[in-house]
Amino acid sequence: MAQAADTRKRGKTSGKANSPEIDREQLLAAYRTMLLIRRFEEKAGQLYGMQLIGGFCHLYIGQEAVVTGMQMAIGEGDEVITSYRDHGHMLACGMEARGVMAELTGRAGGYSRGKGGSMHMFSKEKNFFGGHGIVGAQVSLGNGLAFSNWYRGNDRVCLTYFGEGASNQGQVYESFNLAALMKLPTVFIIENNKYGMGTSVERASASHDLSKNGSPWGIASAQVDGMDVLAVKAAAEVAVAACRAGKGPYLLEAKTYRYRGHSMSDPARYRPREELQLMRTQHDCIDHARHQLEQLGVEEARFKAIDDEVKAIIQDAADFAQASPEPDAAELWTDVLVGG
Amino acid sequence: MATQILMPALSPTMTEGKLARWLKNVGDDVRAGEVVAEIETDKATMEIEAVDEGKLTQILVPEGTEGVAVNTPIAVLSANGEAVAVAAVAAPVAQAPVVLASTQAVAPAAAAIAEDKDWGAMAPTTVREALRDAMALEMRADADVFLLGEEVAQYQGAYKISQGLLEEFGPKRVIDTPITEHGFTGMAVGAALNGLKPIVEFMTFNFSMQAMDQIINSAAKTLYMSGGQMGCPIVFRGPNGAASRVAAQHSQCYASWYAHVPGLKVVAPWSAADAKGLLRAAIRDPNPVVVLENEILYGQTFDCPTDPDFVLPIGKAKIERAGTHVTIVAFSVMVGVALKAAEILAARGIEAEVVNLRSLRPLDTDTVVASVKKTSRLVTVEEGWPYAGIGAEVAMRVIEEAFDWLDAPPVRVHGADVPLPYAVNLEKLALPQPDWVVDAVTKIV
Repeated sequence: MAQAADTRKRGKTSGKANSPEIDREQLLAAYRTMLLIRRFEEKAGQLYGMQLIGGFCHLYIGQEAVVTGMQMAIGEGDEVITSYRDHGHMLACGMEARGVMAELTGRAGGYSRGKGGSMHMFSKEKNFFGGHGIVGAQVSLGNGLAFSNWYRGNDRVCLTYFGEGASNQGQVYESFNLAALMKLPTVFIIENNKYGMGTSVERASASHDLSKNGSPWGIASAQVDGMDVLAVKAAAEVAVAACRAGKGPYLLEAKTYRYRGHSMSDPARYRPREELQLMRTQHDCIDHARHQLEQLGVEEARFKAIDDEVKAIIQDAADFAQASPEPDAAELWTDVLVGG
Repeated sequence: MATQILMPALSPTMTEGKLARWLKNVGDDVRAGEVVAEIETDKATMEIEAVDEGKLTQILVPEGTEGVAVNTPIAVLSANGEAVAVAAVAAPVAQAPVVLASTQAVAPAAAAIAEDKDWGAMAPTTVREALRDAMALEMRADADVFLLGEEVAQYQGAYKISQGLLEEFGPKRVIDTPITEHGFTGMAVGAALNGLKPIVEFMTFNFSMQAMDQIINSAAKTLYMSGGQMGCPIVFRGPNGAASRVAAQHSQCYASWYAHVPGLKVVAPWSAADAKGLLRAAIRDPNPVVVLENEILYGQTFDCPTDPDFVLPIGKAKIERAGTHVTIVAFSVMVGVALKAAEILAARGIEAEVVNLRSLRPLDTDTVVASVKKTSRLVTVEEGWPYAGIGAEVAMRVIEEAFDWLDAPPVRVHGADVPLPYAVNLEKLALPQPDWVVDAVTKIV
């Protein structure tokens, strides 16, 4: 079955960053990726409700433009690492919806053969390094991915995603220092969705402009509207180009919003309903992209075709995730050690 | 086409809930993502959103209904508004209880570990030189191997283990880090996940606690969590345990902490040969290996094989002294204590067999059990605390596998169950001495 378009093609990083030119086909591809992520997450939420998915399940609905825009700025071989709100990142990296959904249902057909679950998924083939359940841990690990590029002398960069909640972890600041000190090619992306679980950023961080959190170490930075995929892409291109040119790390803060609770059992009573409604109705990234595409003359039939295609992918993924068998009992003992 | 809306589970433990309120009425159009109802669980009131779009044609469970089981159809959506009868809901896939395919208590160790053998010519070597030589040899052989840590490069190592490495391999492969254990350990683990082979030096293992999350949650578990896709070939090394008069925060044995973790290998060398052979094996191993060295041993001289290919298997213990009356199992600096005790015991006519574990995970149960079957008595010696310690593990394995051969209960010799004190007399009272081992043996022989 077809999957998310792997938007990572080398050599597309030269765009004019400050005035994003609207490329119709690129925007259509982004629209499709965002829609794929949203429909995937809605389906995951439904399967969770049916108890086919267990444990923790953190949905990315609302934030789709961030990963979609970022991924448009990187190329083959660049690494990606993120936290546990990771389904969207995997789809944007070109991992198959089937394998991701089957991991959520804990089946043999999942990316980790059912042994990782929602928060722990990886694809060596797509250079996706997780999927990490410990808040902030992926930031130090991302430095290591960037370090390996530095060590090997290639021009690859690592996109290291984390939330504004993780941005208060000590190892994030250790990583800022190390990355700046060693000029590691890391793009740090703070996905600021305003709430670390139920605590608003204002209640958690004395820093009011998170994009400046790397400033003591001289880390170049920018703030971007994370609900606008082209704005994210433009900012990402600047960041990635700087990293690739050997200028060291770059910090991007994407202002975004998650529509759902932190995890599945979160009623999100810590924020006013009007705030959510405003973001949904006035700032939705998919609606925004669609509006831009309509102005570019994209017709209803094209949207319908994308909708249908995405719907089919998601239905196929859901069917596969339920039909795939549970892992064999012998899998309990495999992959503990290489060679054992 | 009609779609049912099912009563959703809103947490991992929810089985039923109250349908508190409908926000949509029959006849309303519903968009995907729109809130249609509120559900009350024992924890909270939650909104549920439609996944599909269509017209709400039937409400099957009126608002205010309590005890609605998860997966019960609560409403019907229709794409074109036709009335639809409620079909039976497919039951979720039955979750059969997992029957273990194996009764093994620990995950299997790597297969095909080469046997120890006679390596021929020996030369007097300090443990410090042996560790340095092991790193230099492996770095010459494999460009992916590099060393990082505090003071490893320009300072030549806080304990001079990395002497000369910066000069030979340059600053790209011998890297001074800031004092930032969590940050540089995570960075090294990330580099290993991407195929490099880092050697992380902790100035002492006490500081590894700052980085323990990365060692356990990232290095040890990623292979498993990734379904075998992503291994982590990394070495964590440095002095472990008490040194001399550095008190509680700098004097702790991490043997049982790390040996507890599936996905890690743990070795604890005693002699120069142990140090060189085990560190080389650790660097070559595709898994994360914790190498617990000992500061007191660094300056001690032992005969060490000179063969450039010398390496030791991880997972094999060594009988350092043969005997027939009692088996003394020790590791790291306590092997020396056990050997001194064996000499004292020999003068009294008691022949002790001293087993140097070398590897703590995997543990060479076979060698220990074979020895106990010969001697019928077991004494374990470790510097660390007794609670859930290595001695407890060794004794339990002997009880499991050689209970009928034991003529007396196993005895543990261990560090005092207190934070290590500074005062010279108290410190001595807290750390196992040869006469403690002699006393333990004479209790059961």
